[in-house]
Amino acid sequence: MSEVLMDIQDLAKHFVVDTNFFGKPVSVLKAVDGVSFSINKGEAFGLVGESGCGKTTLGKILVNLYSPTSGKLFFEGKDLTVLNEGQRRLYCKDIQMIFQDPYASLNPKMTVGDIIAEPILINGLLPKNQVEERVIYLLNCVGLARHQRNRYPHEFSGGQRQRVGIARALAVEPKIIVCDEPVSALDVSIQAQVLNLLGDLKEEFGLTYLFIAHGLNVVKHISDRVGVMYLGKLVEIAPKKELYANPQHPYTQALLSAIPVINPEKKMERIILEGDVPSPINPPAGCRFSSRCFKVQESCKLQEAKLKEVSPGHFVACHLFD
Amino acid sequence: MLLEVKNLTTEFKLKRGIVKAVDDISFTIDKGEILAIVGESGSGKSVTSLSIMGLLQNPGRVTGGQILYKSQDLNKLSRKEQQKLRGNQISMIFQEPMTSLNPVWRIKDQIMESIMLHMKLSKKEALARTIEMLETVGIPSAAQRANDYPHQMSGGMRQRVMTAMALACEPELLIADEPTTALDVTIQAQILELLYRMREKFHMAVMLITHDLGVVSEAADRVIVMYCGKIMEEADVRSLFNHPLHPYTIGLLKSIPQIDNDSDEPLYMIKGMVPNPLNMPKGCPFSDRCEQSMERCTQEMPQLREIDGHKVRCFLYDAKEGGSGKQ
Repeated sequence: MSEVLMDIQDLAKHFVVDTNFFGKPVSVLKAVDGVSFSINKGEAFGLVGESGCGKTTLGKILVNLYSPTSGKLFFEGKDLTVLNEGQRRLYCKDIQMIFQDPYASLNPKMTVGDIIAEPILINGLLPKNQVEERVIYLLNCVGLARHQRNRYPHEFSGGQRQRVGIARALAVEPKIIVCDEPVSALDVSIQAQVLNLLGDLKEEFGLTYLFIAHGLNVVKHISDRVGVMYLGKLVEIAPKKELYANPQHPYTQALLSAIPVINPEKKMERIILEGDVPSPINPPAGCRFSSRCFKVQESCKLQEAKLKEVSPGHFVACHLFD
Repeated sequence: MLLEVKNLTTEFKLKRGIVKAVDDISFTIDKGEILAIVGESGSGKSVTSLSIMGLLQNPGRVTGGQILYKSQDLNKLSRKEQQKLRGNQISMIFQEPMTSLNPVWRIKDQIMESIMLHMKLSKKEALARTIEMLETVGIPSAAQRANDYPHQMSGGMRQRVMTAMALACEPELLIADEPTTALDVTIQAQILELLYRMREKFHMAVMLITHDLGVVSEAADRVIVMYCGKIMEEADVRSLFNHPLHPYTIGLLKSIPQIDNDSDEPLYMIKGMVPNPLNMPKGCPFSDRCEQSMERCTQEMPQLREIDGHKVRCFLYDAKEGGSGKQ
C-alpha cells in the first residue's frame, strides 16, 4: 500500500526554563512529550491543536531547527537522530518548511529572486548560469510573474509573500514540506488562493505535507489524515473523514464543537470547556486534559492514557476506551 | 435607535495622497442589537470604530458626516463631554489583549480607574465592583487574580479582563474590535458566550467587528459587509447567509473551507487582491476582481439600494428591480 516516508517515534523536546546553582534543571517545559506517528508518501498529514500544544516545535524538530531531547525520527528508513550535524544537514534539502508569518520569514534586504536562489546555490544544485532560469520557473509555479524577481519583499502583499516562501521551499526539490500555519495570517479571499496553490503543487511535484494549523476547517480541506495535539501529546489520530464525523477523544469533540458554523439556522450544541490550557511546565498528572475534561473519571488523574486503535486507522488516547 | 452614523467619511492624509479609509457610510444600531461589520484587512472596519470612539490618530481625521449617539452629535461635543461618554456609555474591546492592557499596572487598578471616574464610587466600593466584574466574566478566584499584572495571565484571561473593564460601567454600546481573533477556538467560544450573556443581562448593543464569517453567523443579528471603505451589503443575518446578493459576499462565503463539507474539490477563489487605496478603480472598487463585472462597473460607482430590507451596492440588481432602479 502506501509507503512510510517519515516515522516519528516517541519524539520529545524539553526546554530547560530554570536551573539551580549547580546547573541542574529545576523547571522544564515539555513542549513535545512523547509523540509517535508516521507520514506516508504523498499524503497530507494535518496537525491541529491550540497555541502552546507543541505543534510548531514538532515541525521545527523535523526540519532540524531544534534537535529532539529524546525519541527517534526515521526518514525513508534512516534514523536522523543518530547522525552528526554534518550528516544531518544532507537531509535538510529533502525536508523544507513554510512559515506562518510571511512578513517575518523573508529577508527584507534581499530581492525575491535572491531569496529563492539562495537555497539552490547553498546546496550547489545547479551551475550559476542556470539558476536564474530556475528562479523564473519557480516564480511561475507559484503564480508570480518573472519581472517580480527583482523586487523586495516589502513591495509584495501578504499572500504574494507567502507564495515567495513556497517558491523558496520548492527550490531544493524537497520530498516533504512542513507547512506551519501557512494561511492563518492571510485574509479569507487570499487564504483560498494559497490553499489551492498548495493543493496543485502537491499534485504537480508529488509532495508530502505535514500541515500544521489551528483552523480545523483549513486542516480538513487539505489533509488526508489528521492528528490532534494537546499539551505536547497526540490525543487522537484518524483519517480526515472519520475524525470529523466521529471524533472520539473528549478534547477533539470540544474543539470541533467550538468552531462557529457558517449557517445562522444551525445553532450547534456546544461543549464549552472551562478554564485555560494548563502550563506545559507543570502539566496535570495523569491525562493532561483531565483538568478541563467534561467526562473525567478518577483513573484519568492517576495514569496517562496511551494511544489505542479503536477502529482501523483511528487512534485515541483516552481512558474511556480502556 | 441608539447610534446613528450618517455619511461618515474618514480620511488619512499621507504624503503620497489622501486615503479614504471610510467612504460615506451610514448605518444604525438599535438598543440590545448585535451588529456585525465584516471585511478584510483595509476595508475600513476598524477605522469606523475608532471614528465613533474619537480615538483616531494623526493623520486620520473624520472629514464628513455625523455620528449621532442618542441624537447628539459626538463630533460636536467637547473633549470633556466625549470623555464622559467614553468608557461609561460607549466602551470598546480591542483586538490585542496583550498590548491594550498597561503592563505595569495591576489589573484591579486598571479596572478601578474607569469605575472611580465614571461611577463616582469610593475606592473600597470600586474594588468590590471590580472583583464582582471579574467574577462575572468568569475569572476563577477573582479576588486574588485582581492583584496580578497582565503578564501573569493567559491570552484568554487578558481578553476577559478587557471585557470586564469595558463592561464595568454597564455601557449601552459596546464596540468589540476582533475580540476573539487572537484567541484559540475553545477560548473564542467562551468569550462569545460571555458577550451573549452580557447582552442579555445589561441589554447593551454590540458593534462586533470581525473578519470571521463563522463568528458573525453565530453571534450577530444584522450584518454589514465592507470593502475598501464602502458598505457593499447590509442585511439581517439570515438573509445575508441564505441569500447573499453582492458578488463579493457570495465569493467570500464560497471561498471558506466548510467544516461540514466532505468534498475534495478546490476552493472557490476570488481572483486578484484588494486594490491599493491610493489608486482605487474608478467605478465599483470590486470591479477588477468581480466575475460578473460589466462595462458600467468600471466607470461609475453603484449606489447602495434596498431590496426588501436587504441593501446591496451592485449594478446587477439595478436591472432586476425594473424601472424604479434607474436613476
